[in-house]
Amino acid sequence: MGIGANAASAATLDDVKAKGFVQCGVNTGLAGFAAPDAAGNWSGFDVDYCKAIAAAIFGDATKVKYTPTSAKERFPALQSGEVDVLARNTTWTINRDTALGFNFRPVNYYDGQGFMVRKGLDVKSALELSGAAVCVQTGTTTELNLADYFKANNLQYNPVVFEKLEEVNAAYDAGRCDVYTTDQSGLYSLRLTLSNPDDHIILPEIISKEPLGPAVRQGDDQWFDIVTWVHYALVQAEEFGITQANVEEMKKSANPDVQRFLGVEADSKIGTDLGLTNEWAVNVVKAVGNYGEIFDRNIGAGSPLKIERGLNALWTKGGLQYAIPVR
Amino acid sequence: MSTHQATFVRASMIEAAPAPSRESGIVHWLRTNLFATPKDTALTIISLLVLAWIVPPAIQWLFIDAAWTGGGRGVCATLAQGGSQPDGWSGACWAFVSAKFDQFLFGRYPLEERWRPALVGVLFVLFLVPMLIPKVPYKGLNAVLLLAVLPIIATILLPGGWLGLTFVETPLWGGLMVTLVLSFVGIAVSLPLGILLALGRRSNMPVIKMLCTVFIEIVRGVPLITVLFMASVMLPLFLPQGVTFDKFLRALIGVSLFASAYMAEVVRGGLQAIPKGQYEGADSLGLSYWQKMGLIVLPQALKLVIPGIVNTFIGLFKDTSLVSIIGMFDLLGIVRLNFTDTNWASAVTPLTGLIFAGFVFWLFCFGMSRYSGFMERLLDKSQR
Repeated sequence: MGIGANAASAATLDDVKAKGFVQCGVNTGLAGFAAPDAAGNWSGFDVDYCKAIAAAIFGDATKVKYTPTSAKERFPALQSGEVDVLARNTTWTINRDTALGFNFRPVNYYDGQGFMVRKGLDVKSALELSGAAVCVQTGTTTELNLADYFKANNLQYNPVVFEKLEEVNAAYDAGRCDVYTTDQSGLYSLRLTLSNPDDHIILPEIISKEPLGPAVRQGDDQWFDIVTWVHYALVQAEEFGITQANVEEMKKSANPDVQRFLGVEADSKIGTDLGLTNEWAVNVVKAVGNYGEIFDRNIGAGSPLKIERGLNALWTKGGLQYAIPVR
Repeated sequence: MSTHQATFVRASMIEAAPAPSRESGIVHWLRTNLFATPKDTALTIISLLVLAWIVPPAIQWLFIDAAWTGGGRGVCATLAQGGSQPDGWSGACWAFVSAKFDQFLFGRYPLEERWRPALVGVLFVLFLVPMLIPKVPYKGLNAVLLLAVLPIIATILLPGGWLGLTFVETPLWGGLMVTLVLSFVGIAVSLPLGILLALGRRSNMPVIKMLCTVFIEIVRGVPLITVLFMASVMLPLFLPQGVTFDKFLRALIGVSLFASAYMAEVVRGGLQAIPKGQYEGADSLGLSYWQKMGLIVLPQALKLVIPGIVNTFIGLFKDTSLVSIIGMFDLLGIVRLNFTDTNWASAVTPLTGLIFAGFVFWLFCFGMSRYSGFMERLLDKSQR
């Protein structure tokens, strides 16, 4: 699959500036991450990352075009240069990082595969699930993780597999299986569509690690740095308490770290070294808010999904989101 | 001498009595069609029971319990799900369809530019309807309008980018618009191309015959999904960096060529059904190849295979929903995409959306099927 990688041009930033927009690969529809709003515009967690990258480069979050990619299409689309960055809930794995010729660095969402069961079954742990009928979507890593987990723990199970997500949801809701398994973020969106959400519980076991993050082609370090630092800037802004609303005010902050971050320090080179303007972090936060705001608006407390921050909380609050110092 | 005294003499003709009630009217119809034999009676009762079991709950779910208006998932979710409906409620969520209706028609086409596809749609109906009614005159002019002028107008208006129109890239197209553009182009290209391929395959010239056969067999031997997937995923890897070639155009070409191969085989079936005498008769009249085909063979052959042609059209119309696997959103794709909008996530949204998409597909396919039946009866006069 390495054919396309060498065709990829080195200076993505120059290409992007020349054409005037970022071509961003997103999901073909995943609740909270990339979904159409009432007017049909893309919105969601991953979509906000596309906007943030555009804001960092152009100071304008609208200079982005979206390519919806299916699970099968996404890697060829990035390899062939059809998209500049893939912000499509893609799990960072060694195979994708090396053999497929991509680069991953920041993890913008720590996901993991979990189980949902009916309360009536009185199950407290996934280890009690021997003999259960498990609803799962076919052709995904979810199905493989499920098989691995049950085999490793010497448990029996009957997989009830479906091709489409709606089918799996409907089958579980209708009681055709006892257990539903998918990534935790997916379990939250499933809860919205169940007849009686309170009859179901999510088991504590997480059986796989799914670090999701934006991916770029190997061989273009400047572009890789920009995508990486956009994420760290979003997290850093949350650490500093800089929000979409107060970013202009914070420029006057006496804190030298904040001043440096926002590029107001005298002879700042905070953006020029990246090939951007010194205002880039200001533009990013102005366009989409900080990491916490993006999270809340799309998938967290401010959205119907109401996903807990959990592992995605700041490191200061017991999570794993840790910004590399901006200095 | 006594004469036989008749006690009653009929002076006038008796009025024709109505047929016995069991031999006429609805009772007769019921007796002959539904209750003729004990087996029929049993089947009728079973069918009625099945209908009584399915229809009232369906009406209840689709219309009576349905949520018709509202601005979010609340109207289609029960209290336990965080909505306003009583617990245990289940009904169609038509509010979802009505809120997303414009998207279902036009996809993500920019709001202020939607008059363009709407205008093309109106012109399409204006040109198509008189074409379909045999009594309306000026068929030649009409055909030019439908098959030459309309595609030119559509090519100018839909993507835009000239004459002061903003450019709307094809990834923003979607919904019924994409379904109709793909099927119209597929149908308009595949019929003539299919006829040419069929003639080529039956030609006496070996090179043409071989080329047509190879094309038909290769295209028919590969699933449409593979064709689309190759066009969308593999092609860009072989093109030099920076050379892109619109994904919608790729799908359009793929679908058209695919339908042509199937059409060719349908038409070939018709050509083979024409008796040899017709070909020989045309030859003995001294007609050229194209005169023979155009005047004698094809009019008969095509008439014979109308059901097959329409079958291919209907198949093509439904196959257009396969483009959703290459990240384009036809009607079904855009409906399914909107299930992921968390503002409308509820237990009944997917079902309602799919019923709506299914109904629209059915309307078009049923329309085509009825019209082809009408054409068959119209053209069938010689056979009666």
